Amino acid sequence: MSCCGPTPGYQELDEVSRLVSAKLAAFLRTLRDNDFAVGLHEGRDAASLMAAGYAEKPGLLRSAFKHLFSARKTDWDRFDGLFDAFWLGKRVRSRSLTTGAAKAANSPSLKSLQDTPPQPAAGEAATDQVPSAEEAPEPRGGEGRSEGASRADNLAEIDFRKMADPGQIEEAHAVAARLAKTMRTRLTRRDLARRRGYRLDLRRTIHSNISHGGVPISLVKRQRRQKPLRLIMLLDASGSMSLYTGVFLRFIHGVLDEFRQAEAFLFHTRLAYVSDAMKEKDSARALDRLSIMAQGAGGGTRIGESLQTFNRWHAARVIHSRSCVMIVSDGYETGDAALLGREMAALAKRCRRIVWLNPMLAWEGYAPEAAGIKAALPHIDLYAPANTLQSLAELEPYLAKL
Amino acid sequence: MKDREQIAQALATCGYIADGELATAISLMQLLKRPLLLEGEAGVGKTEVAKALAAVHATELIRLQCYEGLDQSAALYEWNYQRQLLAIQAHRGEQADAIEDQIFSEKYLLERPLLAAIRRDKSPVLLIDEIDRADDEFEAFLLELLSDFQVSIPELGTISAVTIPHVVLTSNGTRELSDALRRRCLYHYVDYPDVDREARIIMARIDGAGASLALQIARMVENIRKEELRKVPGVAETLDWAAALVGLEVRDLLEVPETVHETLMCLLKTHEDRSRLTREVTGRLLGKVA
Repeated sequence: MSCCGPTPGYQELDEVSRLVSAKLAAFLRTLRDNDFAVGLHEGRDAASLMAAGYAEKPGLLRSAFKHLFSARKTDWDRFDGLFDAFWLGKRVRSRSLTTGAAKAANSPSLKSLQDTPPQPAAGEAATDQVPSAEEAPEPRGGEGRSEGASRADNLAEIDFRKMADPGQIEEAHAVAARLAKTMRTRLTRRDLARRRGYRLDLRRTIHSNISHGGVPISLVKRQRRQKPLRLIMLLDASGSMSLYTGVFLRFIHGVLDEFRQAEAFLFHTRLAYVSDAMKEKDSARALDRLSIMAQGAGGGTRIGESLQTFNRWHAARVIHSRSCVMIVSDGYETGDAALLGREMAALAKRCRRIVWLNPMLAWEGYAPEAAGIKAALPHIDLYAPANTLQSLAELEPYLAKL
Repeated sequence: MKDREQIAQALATCGYIADGELATAISLMQLLKRPLLLEGEAGVGKTEVAKALAAVHATELIRLQCYEGLDQSAALYEWNYQRQLLAIQAHRGEQADAIEDQIFSEKYLLERPLLAAIRRDKSPVLLIDEIDRADDEFEAFLLELLSDFQVSIPELGTISAVTIPHVVLTSNGTRELSDALRRRCLYHYVDYPDVDREARIIMARIDGAGASLALQIARMVENIRKEELRKVPGVAETLDWAAALVGLEVRDLLEVPETVHETLMCLLKTHEDRSRLTREVTGRLLGKVA
């Protein structure tokens, strides 16, 4: 059905607009795939923008769409690349990676790690399949005796690294997640119990007693607002920690799920913000996304540099006066130990408490000799072992006191 | 589109030198009737955008400064209790209903910024400053207001907007804002200006700053921003410094390295940064300006 006249007919115009809207819809899907929060409303606005003449020049349309679709700085930085790739057919520029430290380039980035084929989530499962039954008497014995309900208790005392079969590990993960939840509920209840006003709110009292002619019959009290505790977790995912990473990731997932205010970071040779990935409700999926990140960079741990990145780019946003920073690491610093000391000092100034969990602390004959941990120790408020579920649970009263 | 250039020009005459993208954002604000969320480091001129916008529209600027614990009575409306009590005393003996009708009327209503913003005859610019400092609860409440532009007061009924205000929100990123609020808004990230724009800002704002001096100052500030500093100086600090230099009758930065070093206190606000920029470093940075 073509039109012969010089001006395009309605049908052709319809055709064009159909094509454009299909293309626009595809673009919206691309944005959604890239974690942009784009809804129907934005789509409609985008269409009206194109109709209003913003589509005349690509630069203008890009700028307009950028304002409409971005919701935060990271979106803002990535948008131009996505737009060009989709509408102008250019390759995506690597702009999105430049926000972190400049040195990121020479260490394997998390992004590149994602391309490696995913390996089984719990690294230890593969190697620990063939332990000789005689060699680990303590946990084995526990397993033999355990039946039904008592099983979880037994698990609580087993060092994560000695857990052998995948089922046991799976269960430890579940317990860690449950533990995170109970910690949350108990913390809130304690908060509620304190909710008694200690001061009279004169303004509200008068307001609510206007109907009595101003005679103060019902009193309104006020209490100081309590900021909820915010927990910020920095998890060392380097090679030396690999036996523990799985369990802690599960714990962090539980905490993020339940705490209203919690943030999580992962570091090995550089720092990655993982709260968004971890907030996925389905823990298996979240762990999949994460374990890929956690696997990599077996090289070493640059705690100092990671903390520097944290202090510089994230601290102002995530830390407030009632924040507790929890670092889970063995303290084997392969970078500059002096830098770690400096950054720890800066961090200590910002937050209320620093808890350092070191799974190796409970090992026999372990002493904090590593240069990294020595530099960090003066700034730590609580230095505790975290090799069993029991030791994780023991943290809760400490956190409740904050 | 023509109106973008017009907007940029109008802003410039009001003393705000905008980049092209901001002009787009403002034209979108008008087209889509959405609020504009400005994010960026402290001191890059987020609040100034709202002020300039009000000047461009020749309308009132209503400002709501957010802080922790900000509640409805400080942001939206409050009854004038003192006058209500007086009125009750004065009308003692009358019908209770009559008194009630009277004391819960417009006359006894104190309007706070948010209510004021929707009751003006000419759309004002509503600046909600540092929204990240307010609590989550307030943010949720604000969301409701920004989508419906109506306020319900239990004693008085629902008040609908006479005009829709131009809403500008700013955030310093001390707290992560909710996705819902972000989605409602257009987003613009205000970055540190480039040398050229910063020089023009200095010339627009500081009387007596010549083009060559302004350019030198802008270059120097850009060099300083590249140093590893705890607190990176913003545009406000640049303007302070420029004003100081102009006040000291400096014509050329290169001629007076000593003065330059001593007046850096306008830019560097922590002891650590101050001690990091030693005389030698200042000299080196000045060398790059030339």
